[in-house]
Amino acid sequence: MSSEDQEGPRVALLAEVEEPQPRERTWGDRVRAVIRSIGEVFITVGALLLLMVAYQLWWTNVESSQAIAQEREAIEQSWADPDAGAATPTPTPTGTPKPVTDKPLAEPPYGTGFALVYIPRLADHVWGLPVTEGTGKDVLAAGAGHYVDTAMPGAVGNFAIAAHRSSHSEPFANFPDLKAGDKVYVRTKKVWYTYTLTRDDPNLTPTDTWVIGPVPGSPGTKPTKKLITMTTCTPRYGSTGRWAWWGELSGSRYVSDGPPDGIDPGVVPS
Amino acid sequence: MYGWIWKRLPGPWPLKALLALVLLAAAVLVLFQWVFPWLEPRLPFNQVTVDEGTPSAGIVLPFAR
Repeated sequence: MSSEDQEGPRVALLAEVEEPQPRERTWGDRVRAVIRSIGEVFITVGALLLLMVAYQLWWTNVESSQAIAQEREAIEQSWADPDAGAATPTPTPTGTPKPVTDKPLAEPPYGTGFALVYIPRLADHVWGLPVTEGTGKDVLAAGAGHYVDTAMPGAVGNFAIAAHRSSHSEPFANFPDLKAGDKVYVRTKKVWYTYTLTRDDPNLTPTDTWVIGPVPGSPGTKPTKKLITMTTCTPRYGSTGRWAWWGELSGSRYVSDGPPDGIDPGVVPS
Repeated sequence: MYGWIWKRLPGPWPLKALLALVLLAAAVLVLFQWVFPWLEPRLPFNQVTVDEGTPSAGIVLPFAR
């Protein structure tokens, strides 16, 4: 009740104050209005840039870690389909593993996930990282992308993948930590492929497509080795250069024989 | 600009402040959901692949190399 009582006199007071006010806008008023508007534009642009930075460095990570988890689940589901129930491969430490005689996978359609990558050196980001066919923005937002028309895991030629080093969950954030001799484990539905890294080049340009060739650096040569190439950007938050690591297949075993080298895909090594 | 909006928000100042916050949240939502995802591939950040020099989408900015 009391608030309503106050309403009346207050409005009247305001009206009284405003009535003698309507003086003409002076030249100074106009200048001030223009300067204020320019200031507001600057503040707005600054706020937009900060928001864009927040989007890039934070929000894309949030979105991508969800997309990666979904992609991983989709891949695991596609593996589990036929023999439902026996989905989880139980390591069988008995005897020597059978040699792998399966042919490498055929290249799936764009956007199809077909492998999970485990790199002990980059374990905090690359432990069960999905590999999806293609290298478009949409694919790279959900893990690593497989360059179209390059070899599939375990095939003669060059299994070439790319992943983000900053933003989008930054799978390759610690790319520079890799060393020659590091292992890269690639799991497909039936087979574990082990690649051993051999060399890198941190000073590539975005158009150095030779790095993902069947025989990197020697176009036209018939490939005999089973190679892997991983590319990412450098410097970390830029796109002016590319960094590539190469490796060679050093082993393969059936998933039914358990994971290689005693790694446990279910436990992220620290 | 902001003064113009403030003057047009109805009600006493707490309501105005609340409405201003709602407007701000809506602006951020539009930016994060549509504007930035559209803009992102057109900016020279976070490109990780080697290719023939044709970005997957849109404008090549002069400072992109």
